[in-house]
Amino acid sequence: MSQLLLEIDRLRVDFPLPQGRITAVKDVSLSLHTGETLALVGESGSGKSITATSILRLLPELAEAKGDIRWHTPQGIKSLLDVSNKRIRAIRGNEIAMIFQEPMTSLNPLQRIGHQIREVLDKHTSLNGRAARDRVIELLEQVGIPEAQRRQTSYPYELSGGQRQRVMIAMALACEPKLLIADEPTTALDVTVQAQILQLLKTLQEQYGLAILFITHDLGIVRHFADRVCVMRQGEVVETAPTAELFRYPRHDYTKTLIEAEPHGSKPPVDASAPLLVDARDLRVRFALKKRLFRPNAYFEAVKGIDLRIQRGQTLGIVGESGSGKSTLGRALLRLLESQGEVRFDDTELTHLDGKAMRPIRSRMQVVFQDPFGSLSPRMTVGEIVSEGLRVHHPELNRRQRIERVTEALQEVSLDPAMRQRYPHEFSGGQRQRIAIARALVLKPEFLLLDEPTSALDRSVQATVIDLLRTLQKRHDLTYLFISHDLAVVRALSDTVLVMKDGQVVEQGDTDALFRSPREAYTRELMRAAFLDMPA
Amino acid sequence: MHTASEAHTVGESLGREAWRRLKQNRAAMTSLVILIILTVACIAGPWLTPWGLSEVDWNAFTAPPSLAEGHYAGTDANGRDLLTRSLYGGQISLSVAVVATLVSLVIGVLYGAIAGFMGGRVDNLMMRFVDIMYSLPFMFLVILMMVLFGRHILLIYAAIGAVEWLDMSRIVRGQTLALKRREFVEAARALGVTNRTIIVRHLIPNTLGPVIVYVTLTVPKVILLESFLSFLGLGVQEPMTSWGVLISEGTDMMETAPWMLIVPSAFLALTLFCLNFLGDGLRDALDPRTR
Amino acid sequence: MLHYIAKRLLQAIPTLLIVITVSFFLMHLAPGGPFDGERQLPAEIEANLLASYNLDQPIWKQYLIYLGNLLQGDFGPSFRYEDFSVTELIGQGFPVSLELGMWAILLALAVGLPLGIIAALRRNSSIDYLVMGTALAGIAIPNFVIAPLMALVFGVFLAWLPVGGWNDGHWRNMLLPVVALSIQQIAYIARMMRASMIEVLGSQHIRTARAKGLSEREVIWRHAMRPAMLPVVSYLGPAAAGIITGSVVIEQIFGIPGIGRYFVQAALNRDYTLVMGTVVFYGALIVLLNLIVDLIYSALDPQIRYDD
Repeated sequence: MSQLLLEIDRLRVDFPLPQGRITAVKDVSLSLHTGETLALVGESGSGKSITATSILRLLPELAEAKGDIRWHTPQGIKSLLDVSNKRIRAIRGNEIAMIFQEPMTSLNPLQRIGHQIREVLDKHTSLNGRAARDRVIELLEQVGIPEAQRRQTSYPYELSGGQRQRVMIAMALACEPKLLIADEPTTALDVTVQAQILQLLKTLQEQYGLAILFITHDLGIVRHFADRVCVMRQGEVVETAPTAELFRYPRHDYTKTLIEAEPHGSKPPVDASAPLLVDARDLRVRFALKKRLFRPNAYFEAVKGIDLRIQRGQTLGIVGESGSGKSTLGRALLRLLESQGEVRFDDTELTHLDGKAMRPIRSRMQVVFQDPFGSLSPRMTVGEIVSEGLRVHHPELNRRQRIERVTEALQEVSLDPAMRQRYPHEFSGGQRQRIAIARALVLKPEFLLLDEPTSALDRSVQATVIDLLRTLQKRHDLTYLFISHDLAVVRALSDTVLVMKDGQVVEQGDTDALFRSPREAYTRELMRAAFLDMPA
Repeated sequence: MHTASEAHTVGESLGREAWRRLKQNRAAMTSLVILIILTVACIAGPWLTPWGLSEVDWNAFTAPPSLAEGHYAGTDANGRDLLTRSLYGGQISLSVAVVATLVSLVIGVLYGAIAGFMGGRVDNLMMRFVDIMYSLPFMFLVILMMVLFGRHILLIYAAIGAVEWLDMSRIVRGQTLALKRREFVEAARALGVTNRTIIVRHLIPNTLGPVIVYVTLTVPKVILLESFLSFLGLGVQEPMTSWGVLISEGTDMMETAPWMLIVPSAFLALTLFCLNFLGDGLRDALDPRTR
Repeated sequence: MLHYIAKRLLQAIPTLLIVITVSFFLMHLAPGGPFDGERQLPAEIEANLLASYNLDQPIWKQYLIYLGNLLQGDFGPSFRYEDFSVTELIGQGFPVSLELGMWAILLALAVGLPLGIIAALRRNSSIDYLVMGTALAGIAIPNFVIAPLMALVFGVFLAWLPVGGWNDGHWRNMLLPVVALSIQQIAYIARMMRASMIEVLGSQHIRTARAKGLSEREVIWRHAMRPAMLPVVSYLGPAAAGIITGSVVIEQIFGIPGIGRYFVQAALNRDYTLVMGTVVFYGALIVLLNLIVDLIYSALDPQIRYDD
């Protein structure tokens, strides 16, 4: 029978800043039982991570936490916010352990991983010498690090992101804690790695009888992984319910919005007779790995001979994990990178055009990038950013006409044209992405390269940007090349899909067919990882 | 936190925001005011004092500071007014600071921007050269040049400027390399914007922040270098003077006439203090993350 | 490791060659020969002198002769100290300068590091402000101002310590110059250590260390100290160069018979060969020190591999 393990009772976290007090968490209450998985879900700024970090008092020094956090042990109940520093340290890593989002930076870069795991044992157990060494290797084997004996002397930089997260888990489980707090542990990882890590956590949970407090923004993971869900928004809990119930009968409007924000729908197909707009054959891109002064460079081929065709009005989705070469492919199509092979756009062969000859074509093919913070020049106003293309391609326009066109473009992306005179840093991520879309639209292009345009955004914001992209495509008969690691988004937006791995095409075809019955093993693996609840 | 829903429609540029932050930094603003006063005093001051640079007061050799005599900071062993000489010396020190910093700025920004923008082999070669230059005992080469070509003020400008551009070029190159990979530069290229316009509109304005900070930190270094040379007797020569020369003279006389050491030292130290405060303040203002 | 050292030494050759070449040709571009002294020498004697210093040869030949001599550790004769070769003068001065410099850098580390760490751990406290304010003063007030002031106070007014002289490196003679030489480096090191400690303490792996249940002391000593030291270690090269440069004035002020003092005298007397020999010697020294610093750094940071 499961027992009460942790209770958070009216937790409130304030940040007294010079500009005024910011309350990051308001009256949050929740409870967790032994062996249970509770998901704490919310978008950025919801206070979910701060709530989780309060439990072990790992908040930044500045923060002030009030309320009560009760930790139930056989020896009695401890109020974690009030116990002495010594007490809380005896609990950290011992009774309650924590893993974090950034596996790349969460380990000490200058110490061997075995040593870092051993440190927890030295701190909290009486194991020593041989026994401690054996335990470290046992833990590394349990979390699936191959050749644990040898790998324990590795430094973090010698491991991949997934492996580092495994080491973090080994470290967390070293003293067999009762509760594991996992703060977005898989967000920085590729989907297939994410699936492996989640599977590992599940296995270990059973083995150790762990309770897990799982912080995430990803409802897909929640549905698959959690027993109960607690939804947070702007520092408050809006709804707590068992997982199945929450997805079936969400009570709160915000929960509904979140669930509906999951990408859905599909793209109405285009006429099969639509003319070909983009036609690339045997496209190759290579990068010099090591630039040598007097010897030939060593090369890495990022795109290894890819053919693709897009009809007018179509959306081609390109899916792949990091390092698959999908972004490189997109940039090569737009001739932003040197490449070999043929690219035809409409009737023009682009391959041999120089910068000047390429310029008139550029107004017809535009791009929107992933990073809404990096893709706008920070020292230019929105008006200057959006009108820059007009200056290049329509030098005949006068100032007033330019402003008219900019206004039009901003209205198309539902931004107030009066925002023209403001700077990018004054806008939110979603708004910046709209500005980037307006910059592309103002030239009235036919083809848009969308390189992960929604990946840096919260789900609810993502949904609105996707709607906008759909509307614009219909209104202007745009052709899209949509690059993403997110299969759900690609499925909702594309006519055809191309799956990439290591610079090559794994599989391509009609979206519906490909998602219904993937032919290649890699595609199936990718889909299993992305849609966790899909039957194997 | 800024939200775009705020009522105002005219945006605040990063520059203006930085200036607003700087204005809140009391130490930096005080330093700025003092520096302005000092500069004006050094430029206009010598005409305001009753004494000339080399004018000898036959009634006051090695005289301590005195309001009544009109020697507010005393005189040196030759009966020359120390305040007047310190202000003149300031002209030289500050002019070296400005000119040599400009020299280093121009060389460094051009060199760094070209290396960063060209990338590849050119960058590799250019930076290898900077690495080699870094390990040269530059101070000593400057001294060598002084010894060989005489202690001309123009040579001082050029020599110090030629020493200080290395850091600047590294900073600018690093910035340019980083910016070049930023997506807004790719977006501009996708718009068909020419390379020149990209450099002028997108790259240079964004390297400005670190460059400004570095310039404020270079100025005190340059002043220090010049006074170092002058102190050793390898800098400016009579009848010209600079703070370093005056400090050197004061050192010789410190037991009998401590004001001769203290007055020019105070000028120098105050200037360096203020410049450092201002540099730190600018860095915080332009890059709020470092606080 | 040996391979790495050998490679770095090899890379140092072009640097040294540039120093030598630049100074050699600068010297020969300079207006006026070394014997354009106050009194006019008879033509015959001047020709003899020129011949004995190889100055009558074509310049490229002189350059090769100079290079060849350098390879044998021969920096040529001094133009002014007639009975000494440059090698002998450097050999006399270097042990003194080395001792002075070593103590100064040790003092800079011994004082600068703890100050920086304390300031970082007590960020925005009065101790922090005091340390950082003093450090700024140490940077703003040049050592050629501090040194005479210290001599004035401790040597003249209080008469606790000698105002100058070396006295074979007696600690009483060494104290003031070492302190004067290290003050600026103390200030730089303290500021740098504070900044990097603050940065490291805010990093993710420190949070991990706390989540393990380590005490604050353990977190700092085991997890923060080493990464925080890295920027300071890479600063040691420039610090050493700064101390070498500083030693020139400090030796001058305190009348210490090191190479710095010879160098200034030579510069003032236009003793070409001595100036040039010293420049080349310093060049080699700085290259060597940079190599040592790189080796220390690579020992601290496992990511630096020797094979690259």
